Amino acid sequence: MCDTCGCNITHANQHLVKPGGKLSRVEDGREAVTVLKNLLSENDHIAAHNREHFDRHGVLAVNLMSSPGSGKTALLEASVELLADKFNIAVIEGDLETENDAERIRARGIPAIQISTGSACHLDAHMVHDAVHQLSLDGLDILFIENVGNLVCPASFDLGHHLNVTLLSTTEGDDKPAKYPVMFRAADLMLLTKADLLPLLDDFDPSRAETCLRNLANTAPVITLSAKTGQGLEAWTDWLAQELAAHRERVQSGATRRPAVQPDGIELHAHG
Amino acid sequence: MHEFAVCRDMLQQIETIAVDEQATAVEAITVRIGPLSGIEAHLLSQAFPLAAAGTVAENAELIIEALPIKVKCQTCGAETEARANRLICGQCGDYHTRLLSGDEMLLASLELLKEPREAINV
Repeated sequence: MCDTCGCNITHANQHLVKPGGKLSRVEDGREAVTVLKNLLSENDHIAAHNREHFDRHGVLAVNLMSSPGSGKTALLEASVELLADKFNIAVIEGDLETENDAERIRARGIPAIQISTGSACHLDAHMVHDAVHQLSLDGLDILFIENVGNLVCPASFDLGHHLNVTLLSTTEGDDKPAKYPVMFRAADLMLLTKADLLPLLDDFDPSRAETCLRNLANTAPVITLSAKTGQGLEAWTDWLAQELAAHRERVQSGATRRPAVQPDGIELHAHG
Repeated sequence: MHEFAVCRDMLQQIETIAVDEQATAVEAITVRIGPLSGIEAHLLSQAFPLAAAGTVAENAELIIEALPIKVKCQTCGAETEARANRLICGQCGDYHTRLLSGDEMLLASLELLKEPREAINV
């Protein structure tokens, strides 16, 4: 690029050279740098490191996201019973405060690390990295990362996991996917939880929830389940077993899987 | 809600670039944001001065370019604009679409000051 013909003036910096702009006169010592990196690339760097760590150990990392109180921990408690004799599992729990959730999981004989985020409304790759160092990944099959209960921020942070599972409980509105599109668009599986309450809740229609998900161009499977009665739990654990097998195959061939969290438009928009 | 965290992450990158480029200050930062990135432009603008205080970019202007949502239909092939919670094909209504644009959160470019500033307090 030169400073004579204007070829260094791009859409991004033209405001500076317009009359009145900071660079309206040609001056030495200033330079435009095209970066085109994800705003969260520091986070993504650590996330990729976490994922390599998981892949080396053949561990499938599953990020559970939902509103607070939609039954993430209850689902894990119920799943542990069904998964424990087939797979080795571990759990990372994210909450603003308390060890309560990790204690609930540990009570079932499963290793659990609690991340207390303080005031942060989401987990990030650094926090997960620190937690993973307190865990032994040897012989582990599935690592569940229970994100902070929040339908907004967790969707934007890659933790190094492979799959996003988004829970929607029947006590919430069935139009939640339409209200929180960023979150539900990222889901690799949507679980409609607390199905035992469906007979009492005439305003929650599982098919409407699915339609809202499809309107986000998301083809992810939907499983209706109840951690209380056990309804649908087999479909959920079958899905996990399938995904673990698929993941092991991928890792064998030197590939991995990034969750649908981070924008992939970087390459598409390199030319503005 | 998480725009401050995003800002801090972005500023870490900028600090690295500024060191690599031997810049003394950052004059302008251009980011491109799509509605599906989960970032609100005005919250990012509010968070920026707080996150940037004391960094090489503390006097920089933050320029936010908003990008539209566009999808390409895998059934009929049409490329149409869409809404954040309605990403189906604008032509035939099918939900088998691929997002062409709208989920970006890109640090697009920087304007760097490379001349050493005059020492004022020496």
